Amino acid sequence: MNALGLLSSLVCIPLLFAGAIAARPAREAKWIALLGSLIAGAVGLASLTQYDWKSSDLAQFQQSADWIPALGLSVSLGADGVSMALILLTLLLGPICIACSFTAISTREKTYYACFLILQAAMTGVFAAQDLVLFYICFEFTLVPMFVLISLFGSTNRKKAAIKFFLYTFVGSIIALAGFVYVAWTHAHTHGGLWTYDLAELQRTAAAMPLKQQSWVLLALMAGFSVKIPLFPVHTWLPLAHTEAPTAGSVVLAGVLLKLGTYGMFRFALPYAPEAVAHYAPFIAVLCIIGILYAGLICWVQQDVKKLVAYSSVAHLGFCILGMVALNSTGIRGSVLYMINHGLSTGALFLLIGMIYERYHTRDMRELGGLARRMPVWSTFMVFFTMASVGLPGLNGFVSEFMCLLGTFQAEPTWASGHNALGDRVPGATPSGHLGPIYAGVAGVGMIVAAMYLLMMLGKVVWGPLKEPHAHDSHGDAHGAAATHSPLPTDLGLREVLVLLPLAVACVWLGVYPKPALDALEPSVARMVRIFAPPAPGKVLSAEATAPAPVDSNDAEVAR
Amino acid sequence: MIERLAYLWPEIALFASTCIVMVLGLSHSRSTRKMSAVVAGAGLIASLVLAIYTTPHATEVRNPGGQTLLPDLARYSKVMIAGVGLLLLLLAAGTVDRDDEDEIAAGRRTFDPLRSNRAEFYAFFLFSITGLMLCASAADLVWLFLALELTSLPTYIMVAISTNRNRSKEAAVKYFFLGAMGAAIFLFGFAFIYGGTGSTKLNVIAEVFGRSGINGTAMTGLVLAVLGLGFKIAAVPMHFYTADVYQGAAAQVSGFLAFVPKTAGFIALMLLMSTVRWNHGDVGGSSLPEALRVTLWVMAALTMTVGNVLAIWQTSVKRVLAYSSIAHSGYMLVGIIAGPGGGQAADNGLSAVLFYLLGYGLTNVGTFAVLAALERTGPDGRRHEIDSFADLRGLCKTRPMLGWVMVLCSMSLLGFPPLLGFFAKLPLFTAGISAGELPLVVILGVNSAIAAFYYLRFVQACLLESPDEQSTLVRASPFASRGFAALLSGAGVVVLVVFSGQLLRYSHEAGKADQIYRQSPPVTAASVPSRTPSE
Repeated sequence: MNALGLLSSLVCIPLLFAGAIAARPAREAKWIALLGSLIAGAVGLASLTQYDWKSSDLAQFQQSADWIPALGLSVSLGADGVSMALILLTLLLGPICIACSFTAISTREKTYYACFLILQAAMTGVFAAQDLVLFYICFEFTLVPMFVLISLFGSTNRKKAAIKFFLYTFVGSIIALAGFVYVAWTHAHTHGGLWTYDLAELQRTAAAMPLKQQSWVLLALMAGFSVKIPLFPVHTWLPLAHTEAPTAGSVVLAGVLLKLGTYGMFRFALPYAPEAVAHYAPFIAVLCIIGILYAGLICWVQQDVKKLVAYSSVAHLGFCILGMVALNSTGIRGSVLYMINHGLSTGALFLLIGMIYERYHTRDMRELGGLARRMPVWSTFMVFFTMASVGLPGLNGFVSEFMCLLGTFQAEPTWASGHNALGDRVPGATPSGHLGPIYAGVAGVGMIVAAMYLLMMLGKVVWGPLKEPHAHDSHGDAHGAAATHSPLPTDLGLREVLVLLPLAVACVWLGVYPKPALDALEPSVARMVRIFAPPAPGKVLSAEATAPAPVDSNDAEVAR
Repeated sequence: MIERLAYLWPEIALFASTCIVMVLGLSHSRSTRKMSAVVAGAGLIASLVLAIYTTPHATEVRNPGGQTLLPDLARYSKVMIAGVGLLLLLLAAGTVDRDDEDEIAAGRRTFDPLRSNRAEFYAFFLFSITGLMLCASAADLVWLFLALELTSLPTYIMVAISTNRNRSKEAAVKYFFLGAMGAAIFLFGFAFIYGGTGSTKLNVIAEVFGRSGINGTAMTGLVLAVLGLGFKIAAVPMHFYTADVYQGAAAQVSGFLAFVPKTAGFIALMLLMSTVRWNHGDVGGSSLPEALRVTLWVMAALTMTVGNVLAIWQTSVKRVLAYSSIAHSGYMLVGIIAGPGGGQAADNGLSAVLFYLLGYGLTNVGTFAVLAALERTGPDGRRHEIDSFADLRGLCKTRPMLGWVMVLCSMSLLGFPPLLGFFAKLPLFTAGISAGELPLVVILGVNSAIAAFYYLRFVQACLLESPDEQSTLVRASPFASRGFAALLSGAGVVVLVVFSGQLLRYSHEAGKADQIYRQSPPVTAASVPSRTPSE
């Protein structure tokens, strides 16, 4: 198949161009970076035609090579529908992030653009990795370019933000690594000492573990992923990182990096610890709901627009995970779609805020107001993407948010994929997880809160009497009004419109006609749902095809 | 005994070059004395080559009179020791006689043979490395003790003469007395082991243990020996000297201390533990005897935690590195507890330790080399070492090469993927979990996370902060080889990742217990097949 090299080229192209940036003078850096990300995007589009969207394989475009056979490590890439969707999101946001920084970044351009390309390669690697250690390496490696981006190009408090960001994620993910190694060891233990970190192999092993072990695995994986998502008690790094990061950094952070956490939940936490997830779904859901409401209320009192959007991410991703732990097709599909939608609309909001910041050097709502008079084009986009973020029917946010809530509402008691000692499914195992109308209802309040704070923000910034800060008021330098001396036009220029337009088109498309996207996700989600859905009595055998292989793991042995 | 010499070619080459260096040190001519470093380098290269080509494989003729518990240990260890030794030698350039040389260069004095310590320093350096290699060849408790002392004794003097400051002398005295106490403890332990088994030969001891179990006397001896060796590897509760000694000695010598005695201690631990074998305990019979396991377990947990937590509070760079070196010993003890496992590289804790020693040695040389490659003039007009994070501010801007080596090496020490430190730590995780030491592995994971707090300070200082008045006083020291050593280890941290599969295979060979181990005497044979592939 001629699509074999696709994923590895998606990882390698940005790296090659990053190398080219290092070799060429600084003034060419941005063009090389843009070219690189566009070429990667074109390859990504080409992969769309090669991908078989109907197939429910765990991975297409598979490529694999031994790396450290002694430890069972391999370099193995592949993608299913969810991976493809997130890779495409990465590829879409790549050129946008680069193009939006053209005027904002004037120092150390080589470092800046090279970091973006490396970041893109690492993120693609995360979504394409079929080997747990490779996943972990890419997952961790995204920290490095992001750390550099925040710490070198951020605003005043950037060092603290960068270090907090690094420490939180590193501490979490090292615990997740321990969980991975534990699963790999269990596999080795039950397969005659054969070590492997292959995603599919370990999934079978992990899902066959008893509840107690699965709970530990879930705890370890959640420790890693909930920091990245971020879920309620460990979200505190996010607002700081967002406010200090440069615009494009925030875009990629909200757009893709947070999705590494949700993707990790989807790819590992759910299939690796199905019984435990079903068992603890209410706890996770409660964390999500606390996040939704608490972050929503925090948003309400923010004066900094960027911080407001940052906290709104916490609330939004609460919805995303809530839909995921509903463990039914509607919820999980909604959740995956939410990942994409959040990347589009929140990414766009950060872009818009960045454009304002470039012009006025402030994001304080007390100093800004009524910009509709000064910047009609900007205001149009702002209203549009805020509406997408609120969940206005007809735009993308609505579809996924509704599906997540609907999924939660409908969440039947989920049956753990209970296996007896022979590995057979046990129909009618005890229900062990339960979300339902109450969860959906309380989370639904969060939608109202979201509408309130986002509309309040719009009301202050876009409408009302015109308020513009004067640069010398806040900075003391002799710039005069920023708008007059800045090289930027008063309203958005062509480049800025071109940056926003693809996102707007995607938002409308996913809002009006989400069916193709949902269909594309269907096979991957269906494969996941089969793990949780109670099998119909006659279908036990067919379900077995996807169920963990019958390994003779007697519990006492595994428990050692 | 004479046939044993055939297996000691690397040591013989080193010893010969040591003798030449010492003779050169008697010369009246300054240029002849300067040859000593070159001769030392030649000796190390010769021993590296000899270690590769003359050390017999386990499958070849049985090492007569040698230890057969870990038959391939010597080859891997000696190659590693010679390789890291070469880096340490590059680092050691200009450590002693610096002030004298300056005065001679300034024309204030002429060369005085009586005041020059140069050749002695290199001779001690080589003696210590020779001792380390001899540890890897040890087949006998007496041999092991002598080798350990040959490793340690020269380091006391190296610490003392490494700078002209009183602090180095103080460090040396402290190191010497505590070192003597450590040696006394493990020698006492060795005596008990002899008392309990009637032999000093490791093979015989292993046979006695296998045949009739471990009696109380021998167990007392083993626990004492482990505690005493804790001094060499800087493990809690024998770690108290570490920070003061590392800070007092010149950075080059601290780098030496962090690798050479530590490696000696770990090799000795491996040999001792393989006499008792990892086939005790009730969980499938794959752990050390309970008394030893608990001793090592507590040591490992405390060492990691104490090292990491105390490192956070340090202000001196060298003290941070000293406490981090303590923490790394704690990590490696997990591998010792896990033992050689069931035949897979991923289960093999000894292999993990050997690979970690290589990774740690290389990376550690890098960090100390960066410190050694820099110096500054203090307020008193004298030359000072770099010892605070403030001195490192903006290093990536002012000296990109050294700055980035520091960043890479500290990230590798942190175990950040995809650097060498990560691939060194992963086998410790897998081996620990395989041996059923889950709580210990969790402690290891939590500690790796704690370590981020202080390793990031290096990144922050070098990469994030801008140069200021204090850090602009810093200049490069005039010895290019120190920078070169830094460059080599910085490159090694990245490049060796590609070869880590191969290196792990070698270390797995080295950490594999011999067949004798498996064909154990009947008493233990029943409990051996814990994780055989047939399961």
